[in-house]
Amino acid sequence: MTDHVEPASHPAPDPSDAHGSVYDGLLGGDPSHWAFGTDFEDPLAGVDTTIPEGVDARDLATYCLMLADDALIASQRLSQWTSRAPDLEEDIALANIALDLLGQARLLLARAAAADPTLVPALPEGSPVPPEDALAFFRESGEFRNVRLVETDNGDFAVTIVKLLVLATARLALLERLASSSDHVLAAVAAKGVKELTYHRDYAGRWFLTLARGTEESRRRLEAALAVVWPLQAELFATHEVERRVAAAGVGVDPATTADDVAVVLAQVFAVSGVEQPTQAALAGVQGRQGRDGLHTEALSLLLAEMQVVARAHPMGRW
Amino acid sequence: MSTTTAVDRAALQDKAFAVARTVTDPEMPMLTLEDLGVLRAVEVDERGHVIVSITPTYTGCPAMATMRDDLVRSLQDAGLPGATVRVSLTPAWSSDWITERGRRSLAEHGLSAPGRAPARNGPVALSLMPTRREIACPRCGSAHTELTSEFGPTACKALYRCTSCLEPFEHVKEI
Repeated sequence: MTDHVEPASHPAPDPSDAHGSVYDGLLGGDPSHWAFGTDFEDPLAGVDTTIPEGVDARDLATYCLMLADDALIASQRLSQWTSRAPDLEEDIALANIALDLLGQARLLLARAAAADPTLVPALPEGSPVPPEDALAFFRESGEFRNVRLVETDNGDFAVTIVKLLVLATARLALLERLASSSDHVLAAVAAKGVKELTYHRDYAGRWFLTLARGTEESRRRLEAALAVVWPLQAELFATHEVERRVAAAGVGVDPATTADDVAVVLAQVFAVSGVEQPTQAALAGVQGRQGRDGLHTEALSLLLAEMQVVARAHPMGRW
Repeated sequence: MSTTTAVDRAALQDKAFAVARTVTDPEMPMLTLEDLGVLRAVEVDERGHVIVSITPTYTGCPAMATMRDDLVRSLQDAGLPGATVRVSLTPAWSSDWITERGRRSLAEHGLSAPGRAPARNGPVALSLMPTRREIACPRCGSAHTELTSEFGPTACKALYRCTSCLEPFEHVKEI
């Protein structure tokens, strides 16, 4: 592999341009300061991406997509609260949590692309779109591997809190185990993710308790939210064939093995909140297919249309 | 480029490290990347090429690219062009890595430095009560402070308010 000098991602306007710009003076002729948050060309630069022995590259990549898509779609949904949360603090909290999940998604998508480049959608020759962006913005809804829980509408604040509680509890239990994966990237992403999911779960749990013990109206909304969300939680613990194989290879975690621990934590939240354990049946798949198989609700198509439209309009664009 | 001798490499490494350690965090410019614990390694390969390793504070930290650009530019200005910046994902960053000098610098700039990061044995415990910290106001020193929000303007900070001097301030979270 050859070393290369990082090119500036954002060319600054030419200061000698006769038209100039009011921002010229701020730039100081340093192109690297043109835009805050320029992209890292490779988020896994320097990280060991060797595929561990005993696992199929396609399986590893697909498994990474499952973990990545849960985070990416949940992040996109949570971001929709920005500027419209009940108050400024919750606005900032939900955006913070969305950012953590987006960071996890980016690394996992990059890991998927490195493990099996054939999964990355083809883009026009010379497109500067990095592989993780191609996976996020140029796949169709049927190619997304997230559970349906994360794609459904935010609903009111109570629905969002219940969804976040279920997701964070399940993902935390999963990442705690994944931290010992034989895949270096998955192990690192998981170990770091555990720290973040810990406060995501606490945040959701505290709000669950607050809403349950708050007013009649907050209690009514929370109970209604539980009824809406509960049918979607079982899918998180249904083992997909790919998950079974990567778990057997010591690379992934069979989500079914986390179900009991997750149930204990949720039961604790319900007990403290004085809420009865919900009993709604799980949302059925279609001919046995669920989110992990690419079977989704209409909500995902609408979410993707909004998330992907700008990237798709400019496949040669630099951001 | 001719092969760099071991002596040259050591000298080059010293020089590169001396430069890299002065680069500051884009969002908390009172802290160097070294004081923040983000600068993990500065190495020189056999061809005299500088390789800097940095680690994100939080997975989604949007400042990584700016840190990379700042490192490359500072090294270039010091006569070390074309440095490579690598991401180090493991071990995961901990607020315990913020140096004593970094903590003093935070306090001098009105930010409250983190306490010890929570140690963990076994499964992560659920916490349904607000996070409790014994925090003194970085402005007036009063111990009477209250949490406004566990989340702040960047992923690493919580918002507090001093109930003595009434000033709001930011606290760098333990992680």
